[in-house]
Amino acid sequence: MQGEPNQLKYTDIHEDVVRSIVETGPNYYVALATAFALTLICFFFPWFYQLYYGIGAAGMNHPNVWGTYLASFIFWIGLSHSGTLLSCVLHITNSSWRKAMYRSAEAMTLFSLVVAAMMVMVHVGRPWFIHWTLPYPNQMEMWPNFRSPLLFDVMAITTYITGSTVFIYMGSIPDFAAVRDRTRGWRNTMYSLLSLGWRGTDTEWHRLHWAYTFLAVLIIPLAVSVHSIVSWDFAMSIVPALHQTIFAPYFVVGAIYSGTAGIVTVMFVLRKFMDFGEYITELHFDNLGKLLLVLSLLWSYINIVEVFTGFYSGASGETEALRYRLFGFYAPLYWEMITFCAFLPLLCAFKRFRTSFVPMLYLSIAINIGMYTERFLIVATSLSRQYLPDAWGLYVPSAVEISILVGTLALFTTLFLLFVKIFPSVSMYEVKETMNTPKKIPVAASGGSLA
Amino acid sequence: MSFLDRITEGWRKNRKPGYYENFDYHWAMTIDLDQCSGCGACVTACQAENNLPIVGEDAFVKGREVKWLRLEHYWEGEYPDVKLNVIPMMCQHCDSAPCETVCPVSATYHNQDGLNTQIYNRCIGTRSCAVYCPYEVRYFNYNDHEWDSPLDQQLNPDVSVREKGVMEKCTFCIQRIRQAKDNAKDDGRRRVRDGEVQPACVQTCPSKAMVFGDRNDPKSKVSRSLRDPRAYKVLDELNTNSSVVYLKKVEAER
Repeated sequence: MQGEPNQLKYTDIHEDVVRSIVETGPNYYVALATAFALTLICFFFPWFYQLYYGIGAAGMNHPNVWGTYLASFIFWIGLSHSGTLLSCVLHITNSSWRKAMYRSAEAMTLFSLVVAAMMVMVHVGRPWFIHWTLPYPNQMEMWPNFRSPLLFDVMAITTYITGSTVFIYMGSIPDFAAVRDRTRGWRNTMYSLLSLGWRGTDTEWHRLHWAYTFLAVLIIPLAVSVHSIVSWDFAMSIVPALHQTIFAPYFVVGAIYSGTAGIVTVMFVLRKFMDFGEYITELHFDNLGKLLLVLSLLWSYINIVEVFTGFYSGASGETEALRYRLFGFYAPLYWEMITFCAFLPLLCAFKRFRTSFVPMLYLSIAINIGMYTERFLIVATSLSRQYLPDAWGLYVPSAVEISILVGTLALFTTLFLLFVKIFPSVSMYEVKETMNTPKKIPVAASGGSLA
Repeated sequence: MSFLDRITEGWRKNRKPGYYENFDYHWAMTIDLDQCSGCGACVTACQAENNLPIVGEDAFVKGREVKWLRLEHYWEGEYPDVKLNVIPMMCQHCDSAPCETVCPVSATYHNQDGLNTQIYNRCIGTRSCAVYCPYEVRYFNYNDHEWDSPLDQQLNPDVSVREKGVMEKCTFCIQRIRQAKDNAKDDGRRRVRDGEVQPACVQTCPSKAMVFGDRNDPKSKVSRSLRDPRAYKVLDELNTNSSVVYLKKVEAER
């Protein structure tokens, strides 16, 4: 850690992290019970009702056959992006400030993907046949349709889930071993199994680093491709305002943008409630703030391009869809999105803003509200204004949809709360790498690059 | 010839628009807007023939009515001097259908008669086909439908009743086409005679504005109608190669 005195010792790290796993206060149980109850009430019950009644429980109608479920799906896939992707990029660029936060960021990826997969189940009309989208040998002698962008999506997301799971698990093996050595009882058994007999020999470390870097390099193009393919669900159609070549980079940038904001939120919460103040510092917020600024500028640029090319095309369908988005029924949402995602993040130009925790928390939440709005608008405004004016429509989410939207947040929180008690949520061995080695003679701080 | 070449060759042969010329039939329809009075008999006939649900007032207000064939109304001019244009809109059975490429489970595909078919049993309800369709003629079953007695007694036994979560759309009354082909086979004929099969809307149209038939037969009524100089396709610029052709309404200059 550059520029700040680091008073931590190796044993402190172990104690802090193992304490965060083993010692559980009543607050945690209250939080977990609340999150779980909210998940049941707001997510599962409305969903079961919808399974019983049909998609009609949601507010979708004839031209607007896609709604908030799909918007949530894109949102969660997007949120998943910064975790593993950012972690990989920072790993291969040797950015040492990544080390304290990447575990929770990767967990965010994993759980976002789980929630996104749940949203697909909620979205489709007959989720009990969802396995038909997988290419498996079956008695019907039917393959899925390999030409379909939706099938690309199924492939991309399953690959991404697999890759992220392996990545987070492999990076945690030495830490599982460390926790194994400091626990007893059923925890010891569990961590013995999870650590796969890790002994910490030089060969093991060498192989771990090799495999970890290999996976990091592998996952970067994977993550970029996943959101490009998600964008193709829309861009491959011929619907005005969806049929755009810029959608793939637009979605990738948007995904990393909302994901980075999500990491800021999660890190604030971890810092506040898990006493990780010594690991997650102003430095992290400073760096993430710079990243947010760059991403917001990129995002604004793509938005300007999108609006300008739409206007310049002069095609009646395109200009009408654009007019509707900017000044139609959903216009307040559009301008809210522009304010939250294009103007507010400009505050990150100031170091004083970047290094203050609470304003950064508010900013990160505002960005993600804006990004959710973006996804909602992409679905709702485009489908409301298609080629035939007779089939123009209007879509307003129903109570069930809003409840499920809240419920996904609760589901995500529940999964994350379970995670912090099972996984060491700060990577112990990598934090140690950034510290002075415990020797009598002080060694100069490594002063690793801060990216 | 390498394996890849053979695949490419086969694809070229069977996947170019209009490849149905290689097969027996290529069903098509023309609608003469000069003769169409906008009475709506076709809509009712379709409803009766194909077991379309009567969704009720609430669902109608929500915009969830199911009309495989709908009449689009376009008004022109200001109040006293108004003019109404009506155009019947149903599945255009596009040869290059956007809906077919997007379905992840191939629940909608093109059969060898040039029909865009929908397999209800295979549909998982992603609704992406309805998004990709530029004509907005695909309808989703937002819930299970019930027919009050005695209407449940009038359901057409040749047509399945669709369950919730399934997409549906105009089939060109495929059950009638199947029946006609079976009859032709039983009579020892190879082909269905022109005019032997009619979808419910064509059969009902009081002004005979709709013509249905085999486009592969150059002497059929629909082929002659297709050569009319007034013929045009809706949203032809999207290159969907639709099988429904409209004959433009010709008006005297005012």
